[in-house]
Amino acid sequence: MDSGTVSGIVTGILIVTFIGITVWAYSKRRKPDFDEAANLPFSDDDETPNHDTSTSPNGVDSRKSDSCKSKGDRNT
Amino acid sequence: MSTAFEHPTYNYKVVRQFAIMTVVWGIVGMTLGVTLAAQLVWPQLNLDLPWTSFGRLRPLHTNAVIFAFGGSALIATSYYVVQRTCQVRLFSDRLAAFTFWGYQAVILLAVITLPLGYTTTKEYAELEWPINILLAVVWIAYAIVFLMTIKRRKVSHIYVANWFYAAFILTIAVLHIVNNAAIPVTAWYSTSIYAGAIDAMVQWWYGHNAVGFFLTAGFLGMMYYFVPKQAERPVYSYRLSIVHFWALIMVYMWAGPHHLHYTALPNWTQSLGMVLSIILLAPSWGGMINGMMTLSGAWHKLRTDPTLRFLVVALSFYGMSTFEGPMMAVKTVNALSHYTDWTIGHVHAGALGWVAMITIGSMYHLIPRLFGRTEMYSVNLIAVHFWLATIGTVLYIASMWVNGILQGLMWRAINPDGTLMYTFVEAVEASGPGYIVRLIGGLCWVTGMLIMAYNVTRTIKRGEEAHQPLPQTA
Repeated sequence: MDSGTVSGIVTGILIVTFIGITVWAYSKRRKPDFDEAANLPFSDDDETPNHDTSTSPNGVDSRKSDSCKSKGDRNT
Repeated sequence: MSTAFEHPTYNYKVVRQFAIMTVVWGIVGMTLGVTLAAQLVWPQLNLDLPWTSFGRLRPLHTNAVIFAFGGSALIATSYYVVQRTCQVRLFSDRLAAFTFWGYQAVILLAVITLPLGYTTTKEYAELEWPINILLAVVWIAYAIVFLMTIKRRKVSHIYVANWFYAAFILTIAVLHIVNNAAIPVTAWYSTSIYAGAIDAMVQWWYGHNAVGFFLTAGFLGMMYYFVPKQAERPVYSYRLSIVHFWALIMVYMWAGPHHLHYTALPNWTQSLGMVLSIILLAPSWGGMINGMMTLSGAWHKLRTDPTLRFLVVALSFYGMSTFEGPMMAVKTVNALSHYTDWTIGHVHAGALGWVAMITIGSMYHLIPRLFGRTEMYSVNLIAVHFWLATIGTVLYIASMWVNGILQGLMWRAINPDGTLMYTFVEAVEASGPGYIVRLIGGLCWVTGMLIMAYNVTRTIKRGEEAHQPLPQTA
C-alpha cells in the first residue's frame, strides 16, 4: 500500500470520526446530560457573601437566579 | 497569611501561590519585552554587554511571558477549576507543592542560564538539557495531580474546561519530551538527536503545537470556566464545545509546516500545513463564538464589569488572530509576511490580546475568591487596567502591521535591471517610527500590570484584615 492510499484511508477515518462525534453531541438523548454538565461551574457555590456591597449591589443572589433560569444551549 | 483562608475542602494554597507568581512573572516578562522594544529603537541600550544583548534577552522574554506568566496562570486556574468542577480536593497536597516549587525552580534556572548564553537555539525550547529533565519531571507530576483529581471526582461529568486542560497537559508533555530529545555533550551543552530538515520539522511541530495546546487549548479551558462564571450563566452550547474540542485537537497537530514555507521542507508538506492551517479557522471560531454567545442576554453586564470586559475582548482578539493566522499561512501571503514584523504583531495579537487578557480577567475573578472575597479592592482600577491593556495591544499590533507590510514590500522591490531597490538597512531605518509606537504600547501594558499588582496587594491585605477576629475601623 503506498503512502497516498494510507493518507486517504486515514483522512476517511477522521471524517467519519468527526461526523460521528457531531451526531453524538447533537443527539436529543444527550441534552439532559449536557445541561447538567454545563451547570457544573454553578453547582458548587460556597462563596462567602460579598463584603463590598458598594461595588456589587446584587452580586450573589442575581447569579443564582440567572443561572437557574438560563439553560444556555438554545440551538435545539 | 495563608492559614486564615483555608478552604474546608479544597487546596487553595497552591492556587494562591501560582496566582501571585502569575502577576509577578507577568511584570518581569513584560518589562523584559519593553526593554527589548527600547533596544530596537536605541540599540545602545544593550549596554555593550553580552548578558544584556538582544539575542540573549529575547529568549528570556519569550520564556518569561509564555511559560512563567502563562504557565503559572494555567496551573493556578487548572488547579482551581478542576477542584471546583469535580467537587473534590486536589489529589496530593505534597505533589501539588512539588509542582509549584519545581516549576518556579525551572523558571529561575532559565533566568540564570539564558542571559549567560546557554541555549539549544530551538525557539521556545531554548533551555538546556538538565533544565529540560527537571521540567519533564515537574510536568509529569502536574499531569498526575490533575488527572488523579479528575479520577476522584464527586460528580458524574467531566466539565469541558477540564477536557481542554487535560489535552493541554498531556500534549505539552509529549511535545516537550520529543522536541528536546538530545545528546548531552557537556553539563550545559547538547545536540538535538534530529538532523537537518527533520530537526526543523520536529521543532515547528513542537512550536506550533505549543501555540495550539499551551496558548490555545489551555486558555480555552480557562475561558470555559471563567466566562460563564463571570457572566453568571452557563456556556452557550455545550455540544459546540465538544465538537470544536475534538476538531481543534485533531487539526492543530498538522499546521506546523506553515512556519517553514519556502524552506528545505518538502513542498507537499508545506502545502499540507497550509491547507490544515486554513481548516483550523473553523474549530477556532467555534470556541470564540461559543464564548461570545455565552453573553447573550447579559451584554449589559459589560457596562459595569471590567473583569467581564477583559474576558470578552480577549475572545475578540482570539477570533481576530485565529483569522489572521490561517491567512498568513497561505503561501502567497506568507511570501510577503514571513520574517517581517507582521509575524511579531500576529504573535502579540494572540499573546497580549487573547492569552494575557483572558488570564488577567480570570485572575480578577479568581484572586479575591482565594482570599475570602468576591470583589477586587478596586473595580475602577480594573477598568483603568482594561483600557491600558486594550490601547497597548492596538498600538502594538497596528504598528507591527505597518512595519511588516513596509518591510515585506521593501525587501521584494526590484529595479528594472533586476537588482534590489532597497538595502536591508533602509528597511530597518524605515521601521523606526513603528518601533517607537510599539514601545509606547508595551509601556501601557507594563503600567497596567503594575496597577494590577497594587490592586492584588490591597485585595490580599484587606482579606487578611477581614479575617482577624477584632473589629476593624472602616
